[in-house]
Amino acid sequence: MKHLIDSTDLTVEEIDDILDLAIDIINDKDKYSEACKRKKLATLFFEPSTRTRLSFEAAMMELGGNVLGFSSADSSSTAKGESVGDTVRTVGCYADIIAMRHPKEGAPMFSSMVSEVPIINAGDGGHNHPTQTLTDLLTIKREKGRLNNFTIGLCGDLKFGRTVHSLIKALSRYEGIKYVLISPNELKVPDYIITEVFEKNNIDYKEVTTMEEVMGELDIIYMTRVQKERFFNEADYVRLKDTYILDKDKLKLAKDDLSILHPLPRVNEISTTIDDDPRACYFRQALNGKYVRMALILTLLGVTV
Amino acid sequence: MKIESIQNGIVLDHITAGKALTVYHDLKLDKLDCSIGILQNVRSSKMGKKDILKIHQEYDVNLDVLGYIDPNITVSIIKDGQTIEKKKLALPKRLVNVKKCKNPRCITSVEQDIPHIFNLTDEANRVYRCIYCEADK
Ligand SMILES: [Zn+2]
Repeated sequence: MKHLIDSTDLTVEEIDDILDLAIDIINDKDKYSEACKRKKLATLFFEPSTRTRLSFEAAMMELGGNVLGFSSADSSSTAKGESVGDTVRTVGCYADIIAMRHPKEGAPMFSSMVSEVPIINAGDGGHNHPTQTLTDLLTIKREKGRLNNFTIGLCGDLKFGRTVHSLIKALSRYEGIKYVLISPNELKVPDYIITEVFEKNNIDYKEVTTMEEVMGELDIIYMTRVQKERFFNEADYVRLKDTYILDKDKLKLAKDDLSILHPLPRVNEISTTIDDDPRACYFRQALNGKYVRMALILTLLGVTV
Repeated sequence: MKIESIQNGIVLDHITAGKALTVYHDLKLDKLDCSIGILQNVRSSKMGKKDILKIHQEYDVNLDVLGYIDPNITVSIIKDGQTIEKKKLALPKRLVNVKKCKNPRCITSVEQDIPHIFNLTDEANRVYRCIYCEADK
């Protein structure tokens, strides 16, 4: 593995290796504290995403490495008209590895074709965001102790939510997982997920429109934002916006060992009143994001400890 | 009018009737200055009607472009009046700068120098996906 562009480029073995390494880091942080000494990570963020950028930078710092980069296109050479290929080739002279966020789909893929150093896709438009998927997988593995044999509910915007699509694709390679898709009819998963992922692999799934009817079946619920701009009119949005909010009442219907995940940032789809519930995993999930990025950086740099 | 038979060059046969000008255009044959014969609606026992292109010059035909347009076209290389080679066409696995990605969110929409590359992902339905954004248009 030279770059990470799309989580489906990884084999199940490669994913398991990265997750196992992340768990080893969590168990013995000191062992890794100088693993990337004198190495540099460049964070090239052609559009702002503070959360993801800080996660990458914290990951490199915890490995004893250094970070450099920019956090938006107007502070980068793109503002002067430089191509992404030239930027990557130049930065590759200064840094050992690059994490790139770009508003255009495929920019990290193209960069990987011209770069001398490993490229990590830190999100390309609405296309891929593989380190979020690895974060989700690590969270499930740590919370449940396994990546198979459970029922997962995916709730909210399943049409445009790229994190949902890539999580489904990644999990589809593990056994015994049932999928419950909870969304308004306007925001159901795209047809290709149904035909090319679920039906093609004989995977058990169902689509429902309310949370209440399925809460008791779920081992995991993955919440996503329902954004106003996804609706054609205000009335539909107002009608539906509270339907997909996880609160104390809905949680009463759930299993005692439910795991609640959310890629963050949230708006109001998870009530803050349940943040202290032990079933709420989303802040632990953010922490896992740092560890999985540490494991990924070590893997791509070929550093063994 | 007399269509000369070719001494040295290439014959593209079994082109779907009416498509000769599309092939001419896509292969950019207007860039050549040799004589080019375009035959349309030629009777064919196999196809009913077909088109034929005759290029009177040695020419390194882009088989990927041709295979993408229509893999049933036959290509004969003519030397000294004899057919010395018949090339088989197949649906190309990869298209480089043959078609352009039309996804406005794709990196190729803002950077002119990036080659437009598509991979064949579904042979039965002739689906090609942009390697960058994975759109199939
Ligand atoms: Zn594209």
